[in-house]
Amino acid sequence: MLRDLTRGLVRENAVFVTLIGLCPALAVTTHVVNALGLGTALLVVLVASNVSVSLLRTIVAPRLHYPAFLGGAALFVTVVDLAMQAYVPELSARLGIFVPLIVVNCAILARADVFARQVVPVRAMLDGLGFGVGFLLSLTLIALVREILGSGTITLFAMGDFDGVLVIPRMSEHPVQVMVLAPGALLTVGYLCALFSRSRGRTKAGASGREEGT
Amino acid sequence: MGVPVSDTPLGMMACDPPQYHDRSSTARIMWAVTLCLVPAAGWGVYLYGSRALLVLAAAVGSAVVCEAAAARLASRATLRDGSAVLCGLLVGMSLSPAVPLFIPVVASAFAILVVKWSFGGLGGNWMNPALAGRVFVAFSWPGFMATWVTPRTLAGVDGLAAATPLGVVQSAGPDRLAAPLTLLREAGYPVSAIDGSVTSWLNVHVLGPIGVNLPSGYVDLFVGNVAGSIGEASALLLLLGTIVLFARRIITWHIPAAFFIGFAVCTSAFGGLETEQGLFAGDVLFSVLTGGFVLATFYMATDPVTSPLTGAGMLIYGAGAGILTFVLRAYGQFPESVALAIILMNTVVPVIDRFCTPRRSGRRKTRHAS
Repeated sequence: MLRDLTRGLVRENAVFVTLIGLCPALAVTTHVVNALGLGTALLVVLVASNVSVSLLRTIVAPRLHYPAFLGGAALFVTVVDLAMQAYVPELSARLGIFVPLIVVNCAILARADVFARQVVPVRAMLDGLGFGVGFLLSLTLIALVREILGSGTITLFAMGDFDGVLVIPRMSEHPVQVMVLAPGALLTVGYLCALFSRSRGRTKAGASGREEGT
Repeated sequence: MGVPVSDTPLGMMACDPPQYHDRSSTARIMWAVTLCLVPAAGWGVYLYGSRALLVLAAAVGSAVVCEAAAARLASRATLRDGSAVLCGLLVGMSLSPAVPLFIPVVASAFAILVVKWSFGGLGGNWMNPALAGRVFVAFSWPGFMATWVTPRTLAGVDGLAAATPLGVVQSAGPDRLAAPLTLLREAGYPVSAIDGSVTSWLNVHVLGPIGVNLPSGYVDLFVGNVAGSIGEASALLLLLGTIVLFARRIITWHIPAAFFIGFAVCTSAFGGLETEQGLFAGDVLFSVLTGGFVLATFYMATDPVTSPLTGAGMLIYGAGAGILTFVLRAYGQFPESVALAIILMNTVVPVIDRFCTPRRSGRRKTRHAS
């Protein structure tokens, strides 16, 4: 049970180890707040989708599994999208198309297919939670690197007097603008992948340090 | 012979090419190229002052320090092969003398650590490190990259000499209707006294008899009497350096020739279109003498690691880079056209090599009936 929860955090981390769900990981991580927003949205959808898949697995015929899974995911994504538009309109506008696109995020279908449809709902939920949190943390890590280097700021939620932007004094004067452009995303993800695979002790010759996985 | 770079499974030593028996080695080639660049770099320092020397020193120093650190991590001794010094020098020479000093440091560090050592050090990179470093800082700090220094030889002349000739022409906007040199003069870009005397001498004694008249301004571009990057201003000194490269067969004619022809044909045919002068009205001479074209074609595109292995492949690669340079310069929105063109072609070199494998000796080309 505990392994179901921890599996997605580091060991099979969606972004850095299995390299799925890279599209939003590359696209929205220019600001930390985007990463937090999209990560949370995906976390909610993944948990809900995993539970629904697990519940549907015996009711729906196996050959109709994929349409049923995607239908479920689409339902939850719509709910999350509308909720975000209602309660955090600014964040929703920043994320734009990437919230609706969670439907086709590989992480959702991957967990449904390889795990949730073979286990009881509780285990599916824990698995969704683990992978969702792992995804959220990965996105935040990428966004931290890219925003600190590329803009010299850390953008969070605006609360009260705080406008939500932490400015790093010297870095924000002449930031490395490439890091918030597309090449910066690929570089960051590539090096973090390398770091992950090194810390997981499977550095074989040529297996690390390449950005080809993206 | 080369420096041993890796032990093969059988316990043999594998060396960097060239692997034939003479006294050439990676290190000798690298140091020779470095020496060939020194006159042009020295001219840059003379033109733009000690500031240029600082930029060069920062670039080379950073490259050497990064190389030493990376080589230590990889337990290899590569500092003496000279590639880091050459890379740093190329990075420094491709920068404006007015940049803040952290820019050459970052550019060299990116070149050595990210582009070269992430892929396994010298020979493993699939992109020219110096160019990649330059492009990295150009996209990161575009503001700093566009400030220039008035050359010493033009000091005291009124006008906006602290801009590159290509920059002046490109900033004239899309509705410019004149040839590049006319635009330069209209913008008040000065012509030096040397240019005037050399041009008139050439017109009277060399070009006059064959019925050609050289407008003034080209000589300044050729000897590097303009604002620009430290090393790319003087086409003359860069070309002098290439004599050594050709004589010692460090580079062959294929890449520079194909690069030049690809670029020149495109420029002369379509270069006049933007200025509404019609087809075949482009100013090839101006385009070739500006924007680091000479430095890039002879010293960067010919990097043995990131260019094709065979003559035919080199011709395809060079021509592709030349055409891309024209397209990016004429229609692109970035000033890094030559660098981007070469980098783009670097990435397709494995494909080119695949289609241009040399025939094994003694075998006829057979057509597979499949």
